[in-house]
Amino acid sequence: MELSDLLYKYLRSDKKFPHMWCPGCGNGILMGSLIRAVDKMQLNKDDVVVVSGIGCSGRLPVYVDFNTLHTTHGRALAFSTGIKLANPRLKVIVVMGDGDATAIGGNHFIHMARRNIDVTAIIINNNTYGMTGGQYSPTTSMGLETATSIYGNIERPFDICDLAISAGASWVARGTVYHVPMLDDLIVQGVTKKGFSVIEVMAYCHTTLGRRNKLGDSADMMRWMRDNCVRNDRLDKLTPEEIEGKIKIGIHADRDYPEYWEMYKEVMAKAGYEGGEPQ
Amino acid sequence: MSKTTENKDKPKIKVASENKRGAKTKSAARPAKPVGKHKTARVKKPEGSETILISGNEACVEGALAAGLGFFAGYPITPATEIAEALSIKLPSVGGRFIQMEDEIASIAAIIGASIGGMKSMTATSGPGFSLMQENLGFAIIAEIPCVIVNVMRGGPCTGLPTSPSQGDVMQARWGTHGDHQIITLCPNSVKECYQLTIRAFNLSEKYRTPVIVLSDEVIGHMREKMWMPPEDKIPIINRVKPSVPPEWYSPYENTPTGVPPMAAFGDGYRYHICGLVHDVNGFPTQREDEIVALLTRLRDKIEKSRRDIIMVESEFMDDSNIAVFAYGSVSRSARRAVVMARKSGAKVGIVRPITIWPFPIRAVERLAEHVKAIIVPEMNQGQLVGEVERHAHGNCRVIPYNRFDGELIEPEEIINTIMEVAR
Repeated sequence: MELSDLLYKYLRSDKKFPHMWCPGCGNGILMGSLIRAVDKMQLNKDDVVVVSGIGCSGRLPVYVDFNTLHTTHGRALAFSTGIKLANPRLKVIVVMGDGDATAIGGNHFIHMARRNIDVTAIIINNNTYGMTGGQYSPTTSMGLETATSIYGNIERPFDICDLAISAGASWVARGTVYHVPMLDDLIVQGVTKKGFSVIEVMAYCHTTLGRRNKLGDSADMMRWMRDNCVRNDRLDKLTPEEIEGKIKIGIHADRDYPEYWEMYKEVMAKAGYEGGEPQ
Repeated sequence: MSKTTENKDKPKIKVASENKRGAKTKSAARPAKPVGKHKTARVKKPEGSETILISGNEACVEGALAAGLGFFAGYPITPATEIAEALSIKLPSVGGRFIQMEDEIASIAAIIGASIGGMKSMTATSGPGFSLMQENLGFAIIAEIPCVIVNVMRGGPCTGLPTSPSQGDVMQARWGTHGDHQIITLCPNSVKECYQLTIRAFNLSEKYRTPVIVLSDEVIGHMREKMWMPPEDKIPIINRVKPSVPPEWYSPYENTPTGVPPMAAFGDGYRYHICGLVHDVNGFPTQREDEIVALLTRLRDKIEKSRRDIIMVESEFMDDSNIAVFAYGSVSRSARRAVVMARKSGAKVGIVRPITIWPFPIRAVERLAEHVKAIIVPEMNQGQLVGEVERHAHGNCRVIPYNRFDGELIEPEEIINTIMEVAR
C-alpha cells in the first residue's frame, strides 16, 4: 500500500497531529512498523486494541486509529488482561517503555508472562525516562550519567528479553528502530503468535541520555545500533570475533505454552458452563 | 432494588432519597407513637423468593451475579477473600471470568479493562488493598468506566487489624484517590443489604458511568443471616447506555442532558480513545482551559445533580424524637438496639441511617439538625463521618461523636449511655 494510503487509513490524521515526540525520536519509526504490521496482517481496525502506559511511548495510541487506551503508569498489561478476557476476539497490542514495563510495571510484566495471555507487548527501550527529563531506568547501562545519576549509574541493568523468557512468555524477540523491515516482521510474528509475546524494541533518547553522555544525535545513535547489533538468524555466517560483545536481535524464544484463555475455557467446562463459546 | 421494594419489605422503616427527608423531619411535632409497634411489624416473604442463610460476603456475590457480573479480578485479603473464593466457583459456571491477579493494583486495572471490553466487572478487597487501588480508582472516575469495588473494612492504618471490624476507610473512600472528584459509596448494614446494595452499586455505576464503592465491614461480611433471594425477574437491572449514532459521529465524552455520555465497548465498531489525562469530548488529551473546566465540571455535576437518585437515608422512631443517632454499617445495628432500649426508658431518640454515605446526605442532616437538639454519631474509628455531620448541622444542634477503635464492635449499652447523658 502507498505510504499516504497507510497514513490515511491508520493514523488519526484529522485529529491529533503534530505528535509530541522530539524531532529524531525513534518512537515514530516503531509506530510506522506497527501500522505496516497491522496492514500486512489485514486485521480489522475495529478488532485491534492498542494499550499503553505512561511516558513518551504512552502517547502512541492517541495517533493510531484503533480502539486505544492510555492507562496509568506501568499498569497497561493489567488493563489489557481485562480487555482480552472480556472479549478474546480482540487483538490486544500493548506499547510500553522500559521504565513502564520493567520498573513500575515489572510485577505485572512477569505475571503476564507467567499467565501467558494472548497479548503482544512492545517495549520501547530507550534506556531512560525520556518524558521526565532522562533519569536512570532499570535498563540504563552502568556508568551512564543521567539526571538522577550524575556520578554514574551504579545499578545493573535488566535484559528485558531474558526477563521475559525466564518469566515464561511464549515468544520473545528483540528488534531496533534501525532495522525497520525486521521490526515490521517481528511485530507480525508476535501478534500472530498464540500466547504472550514480547518484542523489545531498542530505541534511544538523544535529547536526554544521548546529549548528557555525548552519544551524538539521533543519526549517530542509530549508527551505533547498526554497528553493535547482530542478527540471531545469521550467527552461523559470522566469526566469533564479529559476534563478541554484540547485541543479538531477532527471535530469542519461541515456545508453545498453553494459552490462558484456552485453559480458562476448560475451567468453564469443568464448572458446568454449557453456553458454547462465551462472549 | 428499588426504594419501593424496600418500603414494602419493611413498612415501619422509612427509606427515602434525600428530597423526601423533609417530609419526615417536619412530622417531628406529631404525637409520639407507641414504641412496641415497631417490634411487632412482620414482613411478608415476597412471592417467588427463596429463603437462604448466607454471610454478607456471600450475599455480595449473589448480588453481583444477579446484577450481571461478567468479570471479577481480585487478590486474597482478609476479611474479603470469601467473595473471590465464591466467585472463582460460580463465575466460570455462568460463562463469566474470574482471575486472581498479582496485586490489587492489577485487580482494579483488570476490571476497568474488562468493563471497557463490555462486561460488568467487580473487585473486592479490604483496607490495605483498597489503598493500592486508589490510583486506578481515579482512572475509572476520569475515564468514566463503570465498575464496582467492594471494600470489607478492617482495622487500620496499614496492615492494622486484619480480622477486626472497623469503619476506618470512610474518608479514604471519599478522598483516597488524588484530585477533585466525586464518588458513590454505599454502606450495607445487613446480609440482605449486601445483596441489595451490590445490585444497586452495579446499577448506579452503569447509570452514571462511574466506579461505585460498597463499603462493608468485617462484621457484616462475616455475619450470617437469613435473607430472601428475589426471583430474577423482580430484580431491577440497569445497563450502560450504548451509542446509537454511527461511529463517525460518536464523541465518547460529549455532554448529554444527564451529563453521562453513552459508552461503546472496544470491539463494538466505535474506535475511540480512552485515557486518564484530562481530555476533550473525543477522549484526546487537552490543555485547553475551556475543555479542562468543561470535563471536570461535567464529572462533578453528573453526580451532584443526581443526589436525589443516588442518596438513600433510612430513619426510624424520628417522628417524636429530639435526639438522633446517626449511624451506618454494622454500628447502626447496635445503634438501633440502643435506640429501642433507650425509648423504653423514656428517651425521645430515633435513628437516622445513611445507606449512601458518599455523596454525603447533606440535606437530610441539615433538616435533621433543625429539628433535634443533638445528633449522636457512633463510629468504629476516631471520628470520620462525624466531621461531615458537624459541617452540615451548621451549629443548629449538638453533634456528639462516640468512637471506638479497639477492634471491637460498638455495643448497644455504650450508645445508650451516651443517649442518656444527652437526654438528661
